[in-house]
Amino acid sequence: MYYREAGQFKTSYAADSRIFPIRQDRTGMLLLCVVAFVLVPFWATPYAFSAILIPFLIFSLAALGLNILTGYAGQLSLGSAAFMAVGAFASYNFVLRIPGIPVLLAFVLGGLCAALVGIAFGLPSLRIRGFYLAAATLATQFFVVWCLTKIPWLTNHSSSGVITAQKIVIAGYAIDTPAGKYLLTLAIVGIMALLAKNMVRSNVGRSWMAVRDMDVAAEVIGIRPMRTKLLAFAVSSFYCGVAGALYAYAYLGTVEPEAYNLDLSFRILFMIIIGGVGSILGSFLGAAFIVLLPILLNVIAHALSLPTSVASNLELMVFGALIIFFLIVEPHGLARLWQITKEKLRLWPFPH
Amino acid sequence: MNAVTEAGLIDAPAPGARRIGEVILDLRNISLSFGGVKALTDISFDVREHEIRAIIGPNGAGKSSMLNVINGVYHPQQGEIVYRGQPRRGMNTHDAASSGIARTFQNIALFKGMTVLDNIMTGRNLKMKSSFLLQALYWGPAQREELAHRKEVEKVIDFLEIQHIRKTPVGRLPYGLQKRVELGRALAAQPEILLLDEPMAGMNVEEKQDMCRFILDVNDQFGTTIVLIEHDMGVVMDISDRVVVLDYGRKIADGTPDEVRASQDVINAYLGVAH
Amino acid sequence: MNLNFFFEVLIGGLLSGVMYALVALGFVLIYKASGVFNFAQGAMVFFAALTCVSIVNRFGLSLWLAVPLTMAAMVVLGLAIERLVLRPLVNQPEITLFMATIGLSFFIEGLAQMLWGAQVQRLDLGIEDVPMEALMNRFNIVVSRFDVAAAGICGVLVAALAFFFSRTKVGRALRAVADDHQAALAVGIPLHHIWGIVWAVAGFVALVAGMLWGARNGVQFSLTFIALKALPVLILGGFTSVPGAIVGGLIIGASEKMAEVYIGPMVGGGIEGWFPYVLALLFLLVRPEGLFGERIIRRI
Repeated sequence: MYYREAGQFKTSYAADSRIFPIRQDRTGMLLLCVVAFVLVPFWATPYAFSAILIPFLIFSLAALGLNILTGYAGQLSLGSAAFMAVGAFASYNFVLRIPGIPVLLAFVLGGLCAALVGIAFGLPSLRIRGFYLAAATLATQFFVVWCLTKIPWLTNHSSSGVITAQKIVIAGYAIDTPAGKYLLTLAIVGIMALLAKNMVRSNVGRSWMAVRDMDVAAEVIGIRPMRTKLLAFAVSSFYCGVAGALYAYAYLGTVEPEAYNLDLSFRILFMIIIGGVGSILGSFLGAAFIVLLPILLNVIAHALSLPTSVASNLELMVFGALIIFFLIVEPHGLARLWQITKEKLRLWPFPH
Repeated sequence: MNAVTEAGLIDAPAPGARRIGEVILDLRNISLSFGGVKALTDISFDVREHEIRAIIGPNGAGKSSMLNVINGVYHPQQGEIVYRGQPRRGMNTHDAASSGIARTFQNIALFKGMTVLDNIMTGRNLKMKSSFLLQALYWGPAQREELAHRKEVEKVIDFLEIQHIRKTPVGRLPYGLQKRVELGRALAAQPEILLLDEPMAGMNVEEKQDMCRFILDVNDQFGTTIVLIEHDMGVVMDISDRVVVLDYGRKIADGTPDEVRASQDVINAYLGVAH
Repeated sequence: MNLNFFFEVLIGGLLSGVMYALVALGFVLIYKASGVFNFAQGAMVFFAALTCVSIVNRFGLSLWLAVPLTMAAMVVLGLAIERLVLRPLVNQPEITLFMATIGLSFFIEGLAQMLWGAQVQRLDLGIEDVPMEALMNRFNIVVSRFDVAAAGICGVLVAALAFFFSRTKVGRALRAVADDHQAALAVGIPLHHIWGIVWAVAGFVALVAGMLWGARNGVQFSLTFIALKALPVLILGGFTSVPGAIVGGLIIGASEKMAEVYIGPMVGGGIEGWFPYVLALLFLLVRPEGLFGERIIRRI
């Protein structure tokens, strides 16, 4: 009963087309922004930043990218980590070789490089679909990581392939504290999430969903499947590229190509499966879940004094079981569960 | 019909002003085969502007294939399509859609993951020009364009009386309403020629009456030329101006409903006299 | 170019290709019968191998006893999968089932290691990894006896499976089920029994594959990645074809080895990781349904 829309009449299409048409949602979002931007930096510990919040944001961004490609455009991809790698190494090279380049610009350029690679490896999607496309994206994953290992120029001739991300300096201020990195990541992820939401509710997003649902019909009404799919690959890879750059600059600090392996691609895929395929909110929920789950399991394992090997195996088993569980019970993921909760809140505490 | 004109729908001519014009679509000697199977053999007929043309025939006669040829989904091995005086060799679906041909499908081809509103908005796809970057910002020209098209789509929604389900995912709607939404998607493109593939299949009497009303209104208010495949003879005879009859991929009759009804070939085809 | 060396590499590649084919067969079985692409096949290979080896090493039982015991475990696993994962997901889209098998693979990997530990274990099948004397003495070609024996075993298994699918009643029922679950149910095919059978057979194939691969490389976690190698095999050979899996396996095995030996040194090595995939990708562009796969025609 607290979530009722009673009294909220929309008198224009603009009002109806807002991202948060219901006033309670808008208030909630505002509160969330205040908490995220103002309260959290004050209260959170450095551990919380480095181990929970920053990776959560970075993975949400990567999950957003994959969701655009797989969730909205229906192109199953197992190569998201490869695009992250391209973004990371490209940004590194831009900062390294162009003195004085603003870091944010380097991130954007890194993302654009990832987008180009995405378009190149997305070309097969015009002929191939379903599992076959997933298998083709595996080719992307393995090939790109191999390239990054074997081409010394890309890693600045480092013998082990490891690169150290440079310090982030924006407008003269060095951003090297956990809180600083958190705020930077939050700002970037927040803006890109907003852009994604806008794309998804506009003609671009509808074209993607049309190609996902029935691409033959989409073609008949005038949507160009080639452009739509390649645009999905490009945008998705851009998002993953920026996420990859942040992964190196704001999270790990030093990375090698193997850090962006198939395992990471699978983790991102799980994030969107559990969070909700085809949902912006779902990307965040899924990322939170996947980031928090190992920590939770570790805590439980510690509490029960289990050896670490058991804990890591348990993590694998719980992971797998949860994925199956979600697919059986709620294939649309946490985002749908959240939607259902909101529906129930309309009537609660009164039974129907 | 009065509500429709009062809503200020664009391009609505004065009631009663509909008249059948020149030939807008001319199909000459169309032959289509898949591997060894001949779907269409040497079919020629024309469609005049503003008319309602029905294609009828027993199952498997090649009617849907005919629509697919007009639409650019199939390319005939032989024959010519002349649209508004321009021959169209190798026209693909995108060209057809941008020249003003829209259609519905026998087995509904809606986008099941989207709402009714979104589905009909996809019909406006070819008219939306802003780049995806502007759409990402959802500001200025992109926002204005989105809202302007929303307005047009709402007119279609009003016309088809589906306001109450505009936010419902299409997959949850009953069959009859889905067909109506599909018609809405085709109408949203403001087509010159509307191809309808069995728009009344699987409907009960009331739904059929509604659908007939909509088709006649579309033809009357917007002057849209309509080519429709339909099995219900009552409907066909009532609303069409001219009829083409196909059987086993060949044209066996072409004329007004009365002429076709009296033709012996047509009677034989339907009663299954041995060929 | 040393011709002898070329033949060695080729034969070595073909033989490892046969092993890939064996793993791919497990996929084909399940896909043919239930329309599910079982990503967990690699995990099943790992589980089977690990269980068998652990029974031998931990409890000191002979291999002849360990194999039937492991087989029983695989049957139980198969039935459990059918009951807990497949049945609730009947008639869901293929992608959902595929993702469920990804989750399943994680679960099985964790379970295997939880039960038997994560250490690498040696598996001794009694066939030594020494060159075949006949070939070495006659043609001066070094080919491992083990590889040849493995190829022989695989060949027999493949022939048996091909026969099973095309000639027996159960095989026919499986093919019906692969097309449409609900239709098969409607016709009275005991769907769930059939799936139980199929997953058990797939488990047996996984066991054979696991033992052969495990004897060659040691039973360790990297066995799970063999499943990924099977993907290009399936792409080449088509997802539903038993002969396709064999031909695909041979092509992938041979080309992978040849590429590594002849092209590898030019670009720094390590090509094996991606070459099969890129090959499969190029193949797909030309023929999206594989060499032997069925053409999917979509009507609108």
